[in-house]
Amino acid sequence: MERVIIKQFTQQVNITDEVMARIGELTSHYPEGKQKSALLPVLHLVQDAHDNWLSVDLMDKVAEILQIKPIEVYEVATFYSMYNLKPVAKYKFEFCRTACCSIRGAEDLMDYTCSKLGVKEGEITPDGLFSVAGVECLGACGYAPMLQLGDFYHEHMTPEKIDELIENCKQGKVEFYSE
Amino acid sequence: MGKKILTEKINIPGIREYDVYRQNGGYKSVEKALKEMTPEQLVESVKASGLRGRGGAGFPVGMKWSFIDKKSGKPRHLLVNADESEPGTFKDRYLMEFIPHLLIEGAIVSSFALEANLSYIYIRGEYMFVFKILEKAIKEAYANGWLGKNILGTGYNLDLYVHCGAGAYICGEETAQIESLEGKRGNPRIKPPFPAVSGLWNEPTVVNNVESIASIPWITLNGGEEYAKIGIGRSTGTKLISASGHIKNPGVYEIEMGMTVDEFMNSDEYLGGMIDDRPLKALIPGGSSVQILPPQYIFKTANGDDRLMSYESWSDGGPVTGSSLGSGGFIVYNDTACIVRNTWNLSRFYHHESCGQCSPCREGTGWMEKILYRIEHGQGTEEDVDLLWDIQANIEGNTICPLGDAAAWPVAAAIRHFREEFEYHIRFPEKIKNRNHFREEPMEKVRQLLVK
Amino acid sequence: MKITIDGHTIEVEPGTTILQAARMIGGASVPPTMCYYSKLKDCGGKCRCCLVEVTKGSERDPRPMPKLQPSCVTGAQDGMEVLSGNSQRVLDARKAVTEFLLINHPLDCPVCDQAGECNLQDLAMTNKDFKSRFKEQKVTTPSEDIGPYISLNKNRCILCYRCVKLAEQLTPNRVHGVLYRGDHAEISAYIHNAIDSDFSGNMIDVCPVGALTDRTFRFQSRVWFTKKFNAHRDCPHCSGKVVLWTFGNDVLRVTARKDEFSEVEEFICNECRFDHKKKEDWVVEGPHKFGKNSVLNINNNALAAPKEVEIQTEKLTLEGRDVDRKKISMKDVPMAHLEEKK
Repeated sequence: MERVIIKQFTQQVNITDEVMARIGELTSHYPEGKQKSALLPVLHLVQDAHDNWLSVDLMDKVAEILQIKPIEVYEVATFYSMYNLKPVAKYKFEFCRTACCSIRGAEDLMDYTCSKLGVKEGEITPDGLFSVAGVECLGACGYAPMLQLGDFYHEHMTPEKIDELIENCKQGKVEFYSE
Repeated sequence: MGKKILTEKINIPGIREYDVYRQNGGYKSVEKALKEMTPEQLVESVKASGLRGRGGAGFPVGMKWSFIDKKSGKPRHLLVNADESEPGTFKDRYLMEFIPHLLIEGAIVSSFALEANLSYIYIRGEYMFVFKILEKAIKEAYANGWLGKNILGTGYNLDLYVHCGAGAYICGEETAQIESLEGKRGNPRIKPPFPAVSGLWNEPTVVNNVESIASIPWITLNGGEEYAKIGIGRSTGTKLISASGHIKNPGVYEIEMGMTVDEFMNSDEYLGGMIDDRPLKALIPGGSSVQILPPQYIFKTANGDDRLMSYESWSDGGPVTGSSLGSGGFIVYNDTACIVRNTWNLSRFYHHESCGQCSPCREGTGWMEKILYRIEHGQGTEEDVDLLWDIQANIEGNTICPLGDAAAWPVAAAIRHFREEFEYHIRFPEKIKNRNHFREEPMEKVRQLLVK
Repeated sequence: MKITIDGHTIEVEPGTTILQAARMIGGASVPPTMCYYSKLKDCGGKCRCCLVEVTKGSERDPRPMPKLQPSCVTGAQDGMEVLSGNSQRVLDARKAVTEFLLINHPLDCPVCDQAGECNLQDLAMTNKDFKSRFKEQKVTTPSEDIGPYISLNKNRCILCYRCVKLAEQLTPNRVHGVLYRGDHAEISAYIHNAIDSDFSGNMIDVCPVGALTDRTFRFQSRVWFTKKFNAHRDCPHCSGKVVLWTFGNDVLRVTARKDEFSEVEEFICNECRFDHKKKEDWVVEGPHKFGKNSVLNINNNALAAPKEVEIQTEKLTLEGRDVDRKKISMKDVPMAHLEEKK
């Protein structure tokens, strides 16, 4: 795992009223005094509203809102793989490469995508748009090979479909968050 | 055609919407349960059905329900485990994505049976699109009076929410899931106390798989005895099988327990045989955590009986010549697949997903992955295979939660059944440089090299 | 309630764990512990060093338990029969756990301040013929500055969670925890660089290895070259009962007193630990004794309280022959003298 020197990244924290209202709704799902339970959904929410990553300032803000200690947020944010602790590419191509996808050619497809974008696994393209990562099982084993982009799964992928997807991303035609 | 219980209505256009679902008999079980039955009757009915937990362990659901502590008077909870992350398994997603109200209906009836007033569905974070489908469906259920206060005028209150995880396989383990729902790291708890006594916020909690809960409406409407008539022996009812790998028709299938493996694998109604008609090399029947089997033990048990799709038949032969039905994640390999690479791949998965709490799993999974990486990349030595065997044996059974076993079993089974492939990798590093080496030269062609 | 461990039967209260029962029996039956700490709540079950074999569940349900059980979190049942030091299966499992704990440990004992009082060293020692089979690259983590008093070396950490539980239960505001997961998990304060509260120093004492050590004692001396004295002072925050680790007239380090299972008897405050490094601040009671096999006793044989050492030395020099004569009868040697005082 890559170690991150956290301090060098900063982010403008801006919890809008809309986000705040949604946080209120999420915390209402748990009994009085158990607002810490909302931590995972809230982190997803604020991450989506802040360029898909969590700075220390943002996590401190979440701790303040949920009335918990900052370390409790750090512990959780570093444990789960879906929270990004440093800036990420706008379009993160996350390929499932566990057993079932692997035997159906996920690795070959990843190599293709990397060479197409001119990056290595884990790198971000110079324009900040794309990155390619291998992740563990996404639960789409029967529809392999597949990748995740934002909230959505793109299944039965082929080099042609990858080309098309990249093109659509460049033109801003790709849906990212589901309703 | 076998009997369909879960997927019977899944192809009705618009079944994802409340109105269509309701018009097709949806939520009838809630009416029946709340108005005509007592919680005790429901528990008895589920006990009679013989329904076994569909998450992998196969523990009887009715029995689990009967353990919940109702005496203490503490609030009780149902936690629906939708953190489906076992490689090879994608059945729950299929149900939730296409017929979300079935799960909600099951959750209401089950919560009533447990006398729980606050229940949750814990879904893995990667299924964000499914999370939103479920959220919408729950809103519809609230709007139509199936959730909230005084449901159907019976005085029963239930709040049901969907909670999302954020990428951790370990949160599929029930106590880790509870920790995660409490907003903590997904570290499994030490049992006892069991969740049925002290679970979510130290209150009695039952954790059940999506598929188990989705079976409850049918059992409620038709009776546990009817359900028990389907299937074979102690494997009652139907089971969803997620099939992937080198087969013609991958996907999710609902089967009656007791079907022969041969029929399931080769009939056109189901998997339709191997892709490109290449020979079958191996099969994992119950998700990546169970033992991989070579062809001679797939269709027949070691005794020569037909292998059936049931808990008992798959585990016939124990870990040596049998495996386990587990979560029903069917992964099929043909002769182009490399078992060493696959074992390394799975080890990487378990290494990545180990929570790091107890030493054998934290250290052992990483160690196994590093050795397997070396073997797969042509740097293995003869002692490595025995060392791997030792490490997996030292992990198995000595960890807090079953992830240790799940990491150990695939390695053990791969060495047990496919040792020659490990030896081939170690002795002929130049031949395995290309990761797809078995595509050009399957094991059959190179086996004679090992004899010399 | 009766429980039998390695053939020794003992009467215990309901709610006692197997480990506690084994500690009452003592001897070779006591399982080693790396993460369990009796003074901290919910601490244990993680390291798997204390596994035991339950050959009979209880009088009511005599079935043996198929898996080895962590004795620190498994409650004793009436009629339970347990094998600890007498079972090869248990000893093999513990050996395996030791191997696991050591594979990513840096084994930098020569420069580790914990050497000599390290539970991991002791654990490895009990396994006798140990030969590492680990050829891979170790997982390493850069060190982190957590303030002027405590030095954190993450590579040595075995993730026992003791310091986290301590910070949670003894200090008002926990600022460090376990971050990341799997074998990359680490103790860290993330970006806040000072762990500073009145009782944070106790993290050093509960740490079974050299991950958390006293920064003010860094490279001052090997622990076995120091002389250790029980001492106390009137402290408004804590019991004030400590061990002084001295060299000549200098107090190099102050720690809490530990019992035979190397657990702290009473936690002490940071003021006692870090701010009173003069002998004048303390009332010295006498030498501190460690477990029978501990290397730490090496300098404590025939010890006297520090002030008396000086005087005694002079006396001894002057009264040479007289003392020699008395020594034969073992009556007035300094040791015996001290025993009485105690």
